[in-house]
Parts: sequence; structure tokens; C-alpha cells
Amino acid sequence: MLVALTVATAVAALLLAAWCGWAAYRDQPTKDWHFIGMAVVTVLTLVQLVVGIVLLARGEKPEQGTTIFVSYLLGSFACVPVAGFMSLAERTRWGSVTVAAGGVVLAVLQVRLYDIWGG
Amino acid sequence: MTATDDKPRGMNDDPQQKDTSPERVDEPREKKRARLIGGPGMLLVWLYGVMVVGAVSRSVVQISTEFEHAPLAYSLSAVAGVVYGFITYSLVRGGEFARKAARVCCAVELAGVLIVGTWTLVEPSAFPDKTVWSDYGIGYLFIPVILPITGMYWLRKSARQKDAA
Repeated sequence: MLVALTVATAVAALLLAAWCGWAAYRDQPTKDWHFIGMAVVTVLTLVQLVVGIVLLARGEKPEQGTTIFVSYLLGSFACVPVAGFMSLAERTRWGSVTVAAGGVVLAVLQVRLYDIWGG
Repeated sequence: MTATDDKPRGMNDDPQQKDTSPERVDEPREKKRARLIGGPGMLLVWLYGVMVVGAVSRSVVQISTEFEHAPLAYSLSAVAGVVYGFITYSLVRGGEFARKAARVCCAVELAGVLIVGTWTLVEPSAFPDKTVWSDYGIGYLFIPVILPITGMYWLRKSARQKDAA
């Protein structure tokens, strides 16, 4: 469950990064559709956070420790919304680049989460 | 059709809007501190912010739970976190002093990455665990080594723009 969700979130994050990268390439700021995309990715990370906590509550142990696991879950949940707000403050192509970078960071966090959970 | 419809509604171009707009553009530039987070600066703040969270949380966890395991590595991560934090704060705050301070810190950061990166390669036994700056930041997509260079470039460029204005 968690692994499937991790893969899905990583893919969604990379798609978001590509999409916002494309907007930046065309010299456009983030628009409503991009924010909907960010919302979708954020919902995925929220579901992941809940599933992760439920798994912990049921007594399963992440391979590399519970503290690190939870902090990565929280970090990946916060990642895209923060980048989104920064792109609201920067209404140029650089706002789009920021969100694209946020997507890449989230994908990296997902890879780490996979390792921390232990496959 | 819409163009002709809009014209009478607008009653010729609003004189109020035309008068205020040039002032609005010029005023904040003179009064405010030099803004460092416009354009590419925003991306820098974001990446530095990520590095702050990464380095600080990592070192807090490691120092509080297993400091004896690799004291040098964990202390260096903490130092890196503080440096990143200061640069992020300077970029957000803006102003001439912050710009200079941030430049010095970027230089310190670059030196840190290069020294620690080389150190981890030459003498791996000193580092039983990784730091943020191990192997030139390979675990962080080399962001630690790219960021200070782009940071210094950006800070220099924003200074030149200010001189030109």
C-alpha cells in the first residue's frame, strides 16, 4: 500500500515538475490549472501521511527508524504547498521554476521514503 | 465585437490609472531595501530553504540520538544547516548588508563543500556516517555545490543592476 502510494506520488511529482517546467520554458507564471495539479499532488502526500501513521499505529516498523520516517512524511506533505505559495508571490516564470524544483525535491523525498520504509 | 463593446464602457482610458502607475513602479524601489528574492532569487530561496530543513532536521535527529557514532559528521551537518539558515534569512530580508553577508556565507559554504567533500574522499575513516557535504553533496543531487555558485552569481548580478539603476 505504502510502496504503491510512494511510486504514484513520485510519478505525480515529476509530472508536476515537467508541467511547471514547460510553463517556465514558455515564460509563463503558474496558473489555476497548475494549482489544481499541485492540489492533486498534495492530496497524494496527505493520503501517504495518513497511511504511514496508520501503518505505524498497527505496529509496523520502518527499517530506518520511526522519527526519520515521520519527518520525511511531513516534509513531503509540506513541500509542494510551500513552493506553490512562493509561486503566488513571484508571478513570473521563476515562480513556475520554483514549483518545478519543488516537484523534483518531492520525487527525491519519495525515493528516500522508499528506502526508509525498507522496500 | 468585444473590443467595440469595451470601448464606451471604459470611457476613454481612465486618467487616474495612467497617472498613478509610473509612480507606483518607482516608489517602492527607492524606499525599500534592495529586494533579493525577485525572479531567480525566489528559486534560490526555495532551494536554500529545502537545504535548511534537510540539514537542520538531519543533524538534530542524529545529534540527539547517536552523536557518539560520528560526532564530526553530525557537527558538520549542523554547521551547514546554520550557514544555510543565515543565507536564506539574508536573501529574504534583502538590503545591501544582507547581500554582502550572504555572499561571504556562500563563499564559506562553497569552501565547506569542497573541503569536506575532498576530506570524505581522502579519509573516509573520519566519517563513519555521511554529512550533507559528503562527496561534494552527492546525496543531495550536488545541490550543495551548485547552490553557492549560483547564489554568488545572483548576488553579484543584483548588485550590478542596482548600480545601473
